[in-house]
Amino acid sequence: MTATTSKASGSVLGAWFHRISLLRESPVGMVGAFIVVFWVVVAIFAPVLSPYDPNETHYDMLAFLHPSSQHWFGLDSSGRDMLSRIIWGSRTVLIVAPLAVGVAYLVGCSLGLLAGYYIGWVDVLMSRITNIILSIPPIVLFIIIITLFGPSVINLIIAFTLIAAPQIARLVRGITLELRERDFVAAAKMRGEGSLYIMVVEILPNARGPLIVDLCLRTGYTIIQIGVLGFLGLGLPPPTPDWGGMVNQGYAQLFSYPHMSIFPCIAISSLVIGFNFLADGMREISLRD
Amino acid sequence: MATPVLELDNVRISYFTRAGEINVVPGISFALEQGEAIGLVGESGCGKSTVAFSIMNYLGGAGRITGGRILFEGRDMATMSPQDLRKIRGGKMAMVYQDPMSSLNPVLTIGKQLMEVPIIHRGAGEKEARERALQMLGEVNLPDPEAVFDRYPHQISGGQQQRVVIAMALMAEPSLLIMDEPTTGLDVTVEAAVLDLVRNLRRKHNSAIVFISHNLGTVVRICDRIGVMYSGELIEEGEIGNVFRNPRHPYTRGLLNCIPVLGSDKHSAPLVPIPGQVPPALNRPRGCIFAPRCEYVEIGRCTTDRIPTFAVPDEAAHRVQCVRSEELPRHRRPTGSVAAADAVMSNEPVLEVDSMKKFYHQTSGMFGARGYDVKACNDITMDATRGMTLAIVGESGCGKSTFAKVLTGLELATDGTVKLESVDIGMTAVEKRPREIKRKLQMVFQNPDSTLNPSHSVGYTVGRTIRRLKRIGGSKLRQQTRDLMATVQLPPDFVSRKPRQLSGGQKQRVAIARALAGDPDLIVADEPVSALDVSVQAAIINLLLEIQSGRQATLVFISHDLSVVRYLADRVAVMYLGRIVEFGTVEEVFSPPYHPYTEALLSAVPVADPDLQQKRIVLEGSIPSPTNVPLGCPFSTRCPRHLGEICDNVPPPERSDANGHRILCHIPLEELAQVEPVFQRPNAAE
Repeated sequence: MTATTSKASGSVLGAWFHRISLLRESPVGMVGAFIVVFWVVVAIFAPVLSPYDPNETHYDMLAFLHPSSQHWFGLDSSGRDMLSRIIWGSRTVLIVAPLAVGVAYLVGCSLGLLAGYYIGWVDVLMSRITNIILSIPPIVLFIIIITLFGPSVINLIIAFTLIAAPQIARLVRGITLELRERDFVAAAKMRGEGSLYIMVVEILPNARGPLIVDLCLRTGYTIIQIGVLGFLGLGLPPPTPDWGGMVNQGYAQLFSYPHMSIFPCIAISSLVIGFNFLADGMREISLRD
Repeated sequence: MATPVLELDNVRISYFTRAGEINVVPGISFALEQGEAIGLVGESGCGKSTVAFSIMNYLGGAGRITGGRILFEGRDMATMSPQDLRKIRGGKMAMVYQDPMSSLNPVLTIGKQLMEVPIIHRGAGEKEARERALQMLGEVNLPDPEAVFDRYPHQISGGQQQRVVIAMALMAEPSLLIMDEPTTGLDVTVEAAVLDLVRNLRRKHNSAIVFISHNLGTVVRICDRIGVMYSGELIEEGEIGNVFRNPRHPYTRGLLNCIPVLGSDKHSAPLVPIPGQVPPALNRPRGCIFAPRCEYVEIGRCTTDRIPTFAVPDEAAHRVQCVRSEELPRHRRPTGSVAAADAVMSNEPVLEVDSMKKFYHQTSGMFGARGYDVKACNDITMDATRGMTLAIVGESGCGKSTFAKVLTGLELATDGTVKLESVDIGMTAVEKRPREIKRKLQMVFQNPDSTLNPSHSVGYTVGRTIRRLKRIGGSKLRQQTRDLMATVQLPPDFVSRKPRQLSGGQKQRVAIARALAGDPDLIVADEPVSALDVSVQAAIINLLLEIQSGRQATLVFISHDLSVVRYLADRVAVMYLGRIVEFGTVEEVFSPPYHPYTEALLSAVPVADPDLQQKRIVLEGSIPSPTNVPLGCPFSTRCPRHLGEICDNVPPPERSDANGHRILCHIPLEELAQVEPVFQRPNAAE
């Protein structure tokens, strides 16, 4: 408690640093953070770390695709270096997933705040729309959007937002409904604050605990979704290295060349597990204060 | 002498956390004979509940008894097997908690839950258990036990729930009953009824009771003996009369000086808060734990060794943990007026409310075809002048908080006028009120935990309010923020603190600072002290009085605590079911003629003064739902002075005397004036 007091006087940055340093007390959270940071570093330094061009076909090796001393993770059916493709694939995932989650959050939080704060017809309308979207299986929505508008990063993000935003909106709406009755909201009204200020400055910051946890979980979930879309051939257009697409290409030869699907699977799983562990750690921290 | 039912011998209790051992109770000893009741009092965090749970040997995962012995009927509880303990808990020892809803299982009917007790502890058959349960429900004065038997907990009121919990505790005729704040969440009249019930049942079953409360008044009603706890130690113990008449420990004296006594007010007996705070258990001072806050402290004698217990001469069983107790003069309540109390009331009206109504329209049926009105506030007329403290009292659901919401513009009046300095604001929502009106009228909320935004620092909250209400910034803003912090007696470096780093009293001070940001003319305070400990409560009340007189502001003080109201109010409005049933100066309201409801309310207040004689009027039933207000007088369904059909069917006239004391009743004022006063002090020989 005393440590908190002395540190809290620092800047906003200091407060965040303090929050992150709390994670040290949660071993699960630390493991998660380590895995996520590992992949972020890999993605940032992809050009340095990858031994080959991910899209280069090694014609001389087509006869022997198994892992070897030159190609640690082996080659895919087109003779491209798996390790390089996985390293570059982390970039794809770590750009698309956070971007998609970010946009979904922006939309979801706004809708949730509006519905929870204004209640009445705004809420009824939004809840109806939300329920309709939530009633459609996500994979069907994905297939419709991607086949209609074609695979691209933008379309992927639009599809993700359409699916995730209603769920986020529901979460935020629930928290807002509870927080809007608090006396500090009444006090803000009494000093003449506008609705936008109350929603964004008074209510939203107090929702951060559950939102941060949801953010981590959702990022992991989105990575799985990107994998699924890649596997179904609805992911990013080739030849972009895409873990899901790599599994799709490799699974036909699962028995002769298991490395082609197993390595990208491990990549996806580890990153998802990393985010889930991180969410667990965050939950532990948020429960404490 | 027979073996005591319960004996605690130097019991030491610690909690074990990440940070290591926290010794919450360093050593406590007391004994309880068959049929005796002891009250444990003290401020929150002083270990009352921990002691209660340790007696049940149920401290949870983190707590452990690390020393001493607890003897139950002569047997050491530490040596008992888990089977024996289980037999004792619920069988010979039972506990009643503060929140009845959390001790009842929501998915079982009340009858089922009651029947479990004899079936488990006595091996009784289904039929016998049922009979016993019904009999017990009757004993706790529940109307129609057969009907209650088949209901689920959420289908009965809070007061009824607590009666069921008490019935459950008494089912096995325990020799020891532990009650942890059993009436804290209840309304005054309900509380009084539950306390009467406990007192009667105690006589009947001859159970020993450990009664834990922060309210000295309730302890006086129930107990023979009182134990005052401070930071885990029992610092004074004795018979109620002795401890109240001749408190020997400075902390006990401090506590008594913090509570208003009915019959005196801010002009005659000021409240004196105890300076400082209870020390954290990790950081107890050496020597006397109360020394840092004690006005009689003597460095050396008080601050070196642990203080032994002394017997008070000439008083049996009165023990005190203070080395100086024999040297201290006999305790007298401070007299005189709080310097600040003499606010000059002018005749300039600040608030004028005329026949204000607030109805909530409830729709039912398809498309709201069949609607009805919930009359939260009905025909409210009152006024307050500059510098006046106007108190609004009543039980929950009487409409007092709705009234506050209409004043502040968080709700709109349905009809009538609410004038602030001659401007009608009753129909103007807070968003539409001009800045000047918002500046003039501010509010202090009840719950210290929800009044401040947990994400914002104190400085931001206060500063932002000044900026919004006064349109100033820069160094002037910072200066005014600092000034306000000083006004509410908080250190200037608190501006960077977050609410979670503040105590309840400190949060409420910040809330007051925020309300003062625009130099308001009218401050609405909705139960601002009811969630606070008595010493903090005294400090906040004094602060409000000081500010009010310093700034010549009008204070609308909403409260259910009549002793606080008696202390600080100039005028009082008593509300019942949305109506003002009595309105007058504080002296007028607290002496005959009373409205029958005021009379009942006064007779229900727990008074922390064993010498004051208080008339008891038991109110039958509970407040009717505001959707179903009686045709005639709102109080007709429960009125002990009910005249007959006229009360049920004809709305009562408003009778007022020359001074403006108004009573809403069919009984003429002259007749009401003949009523015997609720409080009488027999002329003590002293």
